[in-house]
Amino acid sequence: MRYVIIGAGPAGVVAAETLRKQDPKGEVILIGDEPEPAYSRMAIPYLLAEHIDERGTYLRHATDHFENLGIRQIHEKVTAVDGTGHTLTLQSGESINFDRLLIASGSRPVAPPIPGLDQPGVHHCWTLADARYIADYAKAGSKVVLMGAGFIGSIIMEALVERHVELTVLEMGDRMVPRMMDQTAGNLIKHWCIDHGVNVRTSTRVMEVKPDDTGIARLTLECEAAKPIQADLVVVATGVRPETRYLENSGVQIRQGVVVNDYLQTTLPDIYAAGDVCEALEWGTGNHAVHAIQPVAAETGRVAAMNMTGSNTLYAGSLQMNILDSIGLISTSYGQWQGVENGESSELLDEARFRYIKLQFEADRLVGAITLGMTEHVGVLRGLIQSRTRLGRWKEHLMKDPSRIMEAYLGATHSA
Amino acid sequence: MGWHKKVLRVNLTTGSCTPEPLNMEWAAEYLGQRGLATKYLLEEIDPKVDPLSPDNKMIFATGPLTGTAASTSARYSVITKGALTNAIACSNSGGYFGAELKFAGWDMIIFEGKAASPVYLHISDDHAELLPADDLWGKSVWETDEILHQRHQDPRLRISAIGVSGEKGVLYACIVNDLHRAAGRSGVGTVMGSKNLKAIAVRGTQGVQVKDPVRFMQAVGEKKQVLADNAVTGQGLPTYGTQVLMNVINEVGALPTNNARDVQFEGASNISGEAMHEPRGSENKPNLVTNQACFGCTIACGRISRVDKEHYTVKNRPEYWNASGGLEYEAAWSLGADTGVDDLDALTFANFVCNEQGYDPITFGATIAAAMELYEMGLITDEETGGIPLKFGSAEALTKMAELVGKAEGFGKTLGMGSKRLCEKYGHPELSMSVKGQEFPAYDPRGIQGMGLTYATSNRGACHLRSYTVASEILGIPEKTDPLATEGKAGLVKAFQDATAAVDSTGLCLFTTFAWSLDDFQPQVDAACEGEWTLERLSELGERIWNMERQFNMAAGFTGKDDTLPKRLRKEAAKTGPAKGKVNGLKVMLPEYYQLRGWDEKGVPTAETLQRLGL
Amino acid sequence: MMRSLTISPDKCTGCLQCEMACSYENEGVFNPVKSRIKVFVFEQEGRHVPYTCTQCADAWCQNACPTEAIQINAQTGAKEVNEGLCVGCKVCTIACPFGTVNYNQATGKVIKCDLCGGDPACAKACPTQAITYQDANWTGYDKMRSWADKTNTQATAQA
Repeated sequence: MRYVIIGAGPAGVVAAETLRKQDPKGEVILIGDEPEPAYSRMAIPYLLAEHIDERGTYLRHATDHFENLGIRQIHEKVTAVDGTGHTLTLQSGESINFDRLLIASGSRPVAPPIPGLDQPGVHHCWTLADARYIADYAKAGSKVVLMGAGFIGSIIMEALVERHVELTVLEMGDRMVPRMMDQTAGNLIKHWCIDHGVNVRTSTRVMEVKPDDTGIARLTLECEAAKPIQADLVVVATGVRPETRYLENSGVQIRQGVVVNDYLQTTLPDIYAAGDVCEALEWGTGNHAVHAIQPVAAETGRVAAMNMTGSNTLYAGSLQMNILDSIGLISTSYGQWQGVENGESSELLDEARFRYIKLQFEADRLVGAITLGMTEHVGVLRGLIQSRTRLGRWKEHLMKDPSRIMEAYLGATHSA
Repeated sequence: MGWHKKVLRVNLTTGSCTPEPLNMEWAAEYLGQRGLATKYLLEEIDPKVDPLSPDNKMIFATGPLTGTAASTSARYSVITKGALTNAIACSNSGGYFGAELKFAGWDMIIFEGKAASPVYLHISDDHAELLPADDLWGKSVWETDEILHQRHQDPRLRISAIGVSGEKGVLYACIVNDLHRAAGRSGVGTVMGSKNLKAIAVRGTQGVQVKDPVRFMQAVGEKKQVLADNAVTGQGLPTYGTQVLMNVINEVGALPTNNARDVQFEGASNISGEAMHEPRGSENKPNLVTNQACFGCTIACGRISRVDKEHYTVKNRPEYWNASGGLEYEAAWSLGADTGVDDLDALTFANFVCNEQGYDPITFGATIAAAMELYEMGLITDEETGGIPLKFGSAEALTKMAELVGKAEGFGKTLGMGSKRLCEKYGHPELSMSVKGQEFPAYDPRGIQGMGLTYATSNRGACHLRSYTVASEILGIPEKTDPLATEGKAGLVKAFQDATAAVDSTGLCLFTTFAWSLDDFQPQVDAACEGEWTLERLSELGERIWNMERQFNMAAGFTGKDDTLPKRLRKEAAKTGPAKGKVNGLKVMLPEYYQLRGWDEKGVPTAETLQRLGL
Repeated sequence: MMRSLTISPDKCTGCLQCEMACSYENEGVFNPVKSRIKVFVFEQEGRHVPYTCTQCADAWCQNACPTEAIQINAQTGAKEVNEGLCVGCKVCTIACPFGTVNYNQATGKVIKCDLCGGDPACAKACPTQAITYQDANWTGYDKMRSWADKTNTQATAQA
């Protein structure tokens, strides 16, 4: 049995290891399109901030980890997949057959249609190669513009602040991390960042990036209804999209991402998908969605591998959850933080001290949450949501004081 | 080490919160908490100051061992000039607040001045700020606690607050932290209220470090074992709390009853620690829910109790159905024996109200008892009480008055003056069972002679916690003395007073002294604090503190004439029990005590004594 | 024989000696904030509940870690944080459904119970045996596992 995995990120690596465990005799091939050992994009901001070196980003630290497991690695791009023919084509033209294929090619960064984003000095921050480039240009005192203050933009921001650059953050939306935080939290994070010396401008649209002719910097950003901004480096973090371009003629169905069923199987029986690229069941809603987060990558990698080896394993669904550290202000969001129809919510807000907690309930179950400034026991929010714990009388306590989440959790699950 | 060497000075008049270094020269002489804060107070205010004026200051002080792994490391004290007594006030509390203040990086907070409108102090490590409390004014301690926890979204925020009684000038208001632990006596809460300071909310993440952690942990481990192995701290207190004493003290004929007319109470067993364990009431469950420790405490004498849901005090009042701080011995005595009430649920309810609205149950109970005697004499009328007959033994009178005092309404305003002013008002000052304006607690000095000298000479007014000779005279700790004898009691009282003053300056709890002597404190203090802390140094520290407090009171206008006892204890003999026929022999003990202290016959420390102690 | 922390909330008095012992053992300071074990108070019921990591067999924190920083101690079975590998991304803190992995802002790393290498300081410091360290097949542990299972939403193989 030959298993082939496209993508050497967390989903691909966990899948490869699980395949080896489940099927000690099978052939496992792990294909990644970057020259480096398998690494975690999650760790890149810490590399940029110089807390770790490149080795610190590696998913597995033993140099012979994959060899020891008998996992063959190929560092090359896959250009096409023939799903019914059970073959894929590498950039070199080489074809590889597979009995089972896992699509775990993750996401790619996308840029908005703004003229001038394709010139030197403008860069995504997605790969280790990107990080090296940015590290070269983001020196203390250099002018850096970060386009996009979503989740990824925000964690890069933290790293850039630590590099002591003169930083401007531009976000088209009306708040920071708009897909993770509500208006209140997004604005509080923005004000926190401004208080900590970052020039954050929301509702700001860049019209064009041009070479700077004043000699002060490399580039000038023309903005709608605002003064131009000069920059030595523009980092584009305006979003990511599942990397599915090479799958166009593969035969698997693609919507937002690669469509999978409850067993993470694509529309073709021998092909599975995991991680950021797949559009899987969303936990709790019955919808299918792309959840590009680390825990989902690891979990889907494992479940997909189980199913590829014939161990029938149902995927419970991915819960949207994120944690962000914005220059020391920690925020989290979970599940249906926007609330649900006929649901109830409770919140506490202390703007002066940047503390906020908002819980969303459906009857007496927690279905979503946002926290700001809470660092202890945040995981129980996941526990309560995913265990569908009936809170009973603790619901009323939480409606009154949502910060008593840990008591409610223990009270509802550990009652004598 | 042990200390953070940092003081937070809060000027309520100007609204400023300013850090300053702790005076380490003074710390070397006075250690911390009681001793060190009294030194600060003596240096910073005129002892003649009106306690309720902005010129009085109020100090929240931890000890160097507060917030460490030593057993009972919860303690902090509030030091100020007492509203009830006009003497030095030093009220000690446990719970979690004191340790949290330490974790935030502060050894003490000095409040001065008066806020123009109600405020509370919020401390988050180094950040301290005064915030408006207009919306908290008029709220109980319990409501304030709930609101501040929500406002700051932090279940581990520790809060110390006053209730309505403290706002409205009840003279024995206390400061309640963690819902039911209190710096209880002498009206420290009244002083806080006079400053328009509603609460202090603190959260700390800095922790505490000690000089020699390895030696400290070694000593702490050994001394915890000593507590565990001792019958009182290892068994009696965890099982029955201080209420272990109710039946014992009644049997020895030293339980002041009906305003100390009697020394034994028929209903004592109904309100005892044993009774708290007995199933009763509509649900056939005991009054006691569990025992509870303060921070770091391996004894856990605290009581958590419930009032029966069908009891008249709480019927259809679910806000009182939850478990909360239950009866300690002193409160059970004052609310019960001293008023002749033996309804355990009524006492528990009254105790809840004391915590909820923040006032001292000892003074309250003793004041009600005095009022009951005045009522019996026909001096207080039904008209004044709002139609409530203030009869000895009336649970209804007790609980109704508890609620009125809590809000300083109706006759509660009059009762809020304390027994001294109440009895003066009705022309019978001798019926107030107080010394220096403060009511004595649950040990009758006719049955336990040493306690007479204890009360008479206590610097903060009558109190059992300045020299608990009950330990020796009744429990035989460290050795048994005859409770009915006066011989040797002067020396005993002095020794206990000095040792207690030292213990109260460490950050640890006095209750450890059922098992520990200063020898047991010494290695813990020495391993935690910089410098060399020998036994001699600790003993001398205690004596120095005692004399300093005496100096404060003398400067405030007190003289040897105030070292006395209510006439009843000196003239009316005990009617029953082992002490039948006895009065207290203060007049024999006092001169010997002065002599042992190195004070002249008027009770003034001699120049030699002051010099010897470096005062 | 694998042993585990067994917690009997009915014996807990709320003294927090466990938190102090934990923070001292792991951080060299008396500071409950840095304790891996926490005692929760149910004020209105007079109940105290010590709570820490149950070292679940298939650990969410470990599965979610992107840098292999959470590893199993073969002797104790504890899931331990390797500080050298932890980058401080905090993903494990939101992934652990029991809320027992916490971020330490002072060090930029996460902290969790590691059973003190097989001699847990909290159990030694507990004056009432509310926390004990004993055989994993002790019934108390089964009880803990049963509620852990209740929260278990990780995919499980269908029989």
